Amino acid sequence: MSDASPPSGEGGSPADGSAPESATAALIDAARRSDLGLVLGTLLLVYLAATLLTFTDGLNSVVGLMRTLTFLGLVYALAALALNLQWGYAGLFNIGVAGFMALGVYTMGIVVRSPDPAFGPPGFGLPLPVGIVAGMLMAAVVGLLAALPALRLKADYLAIVTLGISEIIRLFLQSSAFDTFLRDTLGVGTGGGRGMGMPQNPIRELFLVDGQAGTPTALGDLIFGVFGESGLGISNTILIDWAYIAVLAAFVIGFYVLLERLGRSPFGRLLKAIREDELVADSLGKNVDLIKIKVFVIGCALMGLAGILWFGSQGNVSPTPQFMPVLTFYVFIAVIIGGSGSNTGAVLGGIVFATVLFEGPRRIGSSLRDVIDAETPPSFGDALVSLDPTAFLAYATDNIAPLQFVFLGLILVFIMHRRPDGILGDRIETAAAVDLSERPSGGETDE
Amino acid sequence: MSSDIPEASDVADAADEVDAADAISDEPEANDSAVEEAAKHIPSGGTSPLRVDGLVKRFGGVTAVDGASFEVEQGSLTGLIGPNGAGKSTTFNCITGVHEPTAGSVYFKGEDVTGLEPYQMARKGLVRTFQIARELEEMTVLENLMLAPKGQIGESAIRAVTPGLRGEVIEQEEETRERAWETLDFFEIDHLATEHAGNLSGGQRKLLEMARALMTDPEVVLLDEPLAGVNPTLEEKLLDRIHQLREDGYTFLLVEHDMDVIMNNCEHVIVMHQGSVLAEGTGDEIRNNEQVIEAYLGEDI
Repeated sequence: MSDASPPSGEGGSPADGSAPESATAALIDAARRSDLGLVLGTLLLVYLAATLLTFTDGLNSVVGLMRTLTFLGLVYALAALALNLQWGYAGLFNIGVAGFMALGVYTMGIVVRSPDPAFGPPGFGLPLPVGIVAGMLMAAVVGLLAALPALRLKADYLAIVTLGISEIIRLFLQSSAFDTFLRDTLGVGTGGGRGMGMPQNPIRELFLVDGQAGTPTALGDLIFGVFGESGLGISNTILIDWAYIAVLAAFVIGFYVLLERLGRSPFGRLLKAIREDELVADSLGKNVDLIKIKVFVIGCALMGLAGILWFGSQGNVSPTPQFMPVLTFYVFIAVIIGGSGSNTGAVLGGIVFATVLFEGPRRIGSSLRDVIDAETPPSFGDALVSLDPTAFLAYATDNIAPLQFVFLGLILVFIMHRRPDGILGDRIETAAAVDLSERPSGGETDE
Repeated sequence: MSSDIPEASDVADAADEVDAADAISDEPEANDSAVEEAAKHIPSGGTSPLRVDGLVKRFGGVTAVDGASFEVEQGSLTGLIGPNGAGKSTTFNCITGVHEPTAGSVYFKGEDVTGLEPYQMARKGLVRTFQIARELEEMTVLENLMLAPKGQIGESAIRAVTPGLRGEVIEQEEETRERAWETLDFFEIDHLATEHAGNLSGGQRKLLEMARALMTDPEVVLLDEPLAGVNPTLEEKLLDRIHQLREDGYTFLLVEHDMDVIMNNCEHVIVMHQGSVLAEGTGDEIRNNEQVIEAYLGEDI
């Protein structure tokens, strides 16, 4: 896109207009100018790092790690896009993202699961597309109920209300009393704290007859033959997961196109105006409350869908710890890193957060630990007292999971300080369905 | 869709005319613009566009407006003055729907509009600007203007995204863009079109505010201290624009602190003091009114 301003740190890149020095420079330059290039370039860097970490373990490990990173990157991108519509465009501070995702995926599970209680919590046994639509609708309806009272109040109240709703949803899903209540009244269940098995992923059935391992379909035979154990040696599960990643990518593109169209329209202009100053929009004849409710409901429906695509593919969902409020904050971090208000930023932020900040430290930590030849000291004090950098590193890499949060906090402080607008936050996102960069011909200029 | 802003050539002519004939020019313009034609169809005389009757607004124990009643005539530039705390801004907020009056009524074109929301008032044709300019900082000047017009079909989320329906939206957007450019021309801020509104100077923001308000096709414009913090050159420019627009049939109610501005520009002046209307009349009448002099200079300030 031509209106993309170059991102920061363009140290040695050729100036606009001048001929790039080499083919590589040209490629980098082009990637910087196009949004797709930015996203793919980031993914390539991530893949490069993943390869460096795991190439000694063989192709299967490399592709496996790439799969995990891509999956997480894309699902975070989906959630970040939905949040960007509410928070980035309209300034609605929704900290109940986890709750709306839980609603989506649980509703989908209940609608689609078999009515036979022998297989765990019973459901309605309806087709998967019905379940997906129902999940989105449920998230939208609860979003509407939350929005009606809260949006008439100040922004902070919406934040508190949404956080509360998210926790209420999680605790309801966890409650065995609610499970029993549903079973008695509707004949369906949530599974309470044990969670609920998710319906078969239709992608799996593309490759395996009835989703059963060992009975590949014709397509499965072909793919497994070329890439699988008998070919390149990649495990079948990883191959099937990659097929699902392709579906996720399609949804990311769908979300992106939807949001771009919403943003580049009078509707998007209203959202921006509401973010900037509600009273102005109100005084210009715009029904601010109605628009806020609309955008909140659309965002919640998208969060429901993101929840379905994310957790619905994970085999089993349980309210805790999957839908703890921390999930909401992760999605917020993704949007902040990318730059709130920018859809490309949300996608980038999702990928960077999930790979570099969320999954990266653990992988690097465990890889490092494997290399270090030392005992892990039993406590931080012991590690410190030993004065042995190797022992200290061993301790740090062994405890990378808690350390990661320290790391995350530092990164956030750094971003807030150095680049408060995020990676792409300095972009001008045109809020009109037509080009506003210059005066269309026909109009006279009198300068 | 015809523009509501006079052609650039008209603007230039009108500007000369105003300069020549001093601030208050009652001479009709030679070539009537579309707006003037339209304005003539608005029934005038019997029902004044804006009437306030016994308006009371209390905040807790404080009575900010205490039974204010006045009328604004069709096509006039009416001034509302008064010392600090006289209740001018509160009256404004009650008229535009920001505050709900404790008692009393507001009539717009004869219709009781008391207690309507600000957006409902704006849709009826009464729009306001703010004392401290409230531009939408992170939007460009052009976007600020394009936000305002009524009846934008693209404000429906479904129309904005659905293929097939979006075509109409784009067509309307092109018209809106053209109108926005014309309005920018009229206020001579077209060179700032792609600038973020937050980068504008104080005076430019005032121009932007007025331009944005006019994009809603109002009949009555309430200007809350449009000249506060504006340098004399720009002040002249702003007043010129107001006079031109008034000649085009717009009705203005102007709140100002600056007595001279009000006296020199408004044919009708309303003086508020301690929440009610103290005096009404032409500039000269007000200038020689004992009570007004006392209110402004006396110990009650």
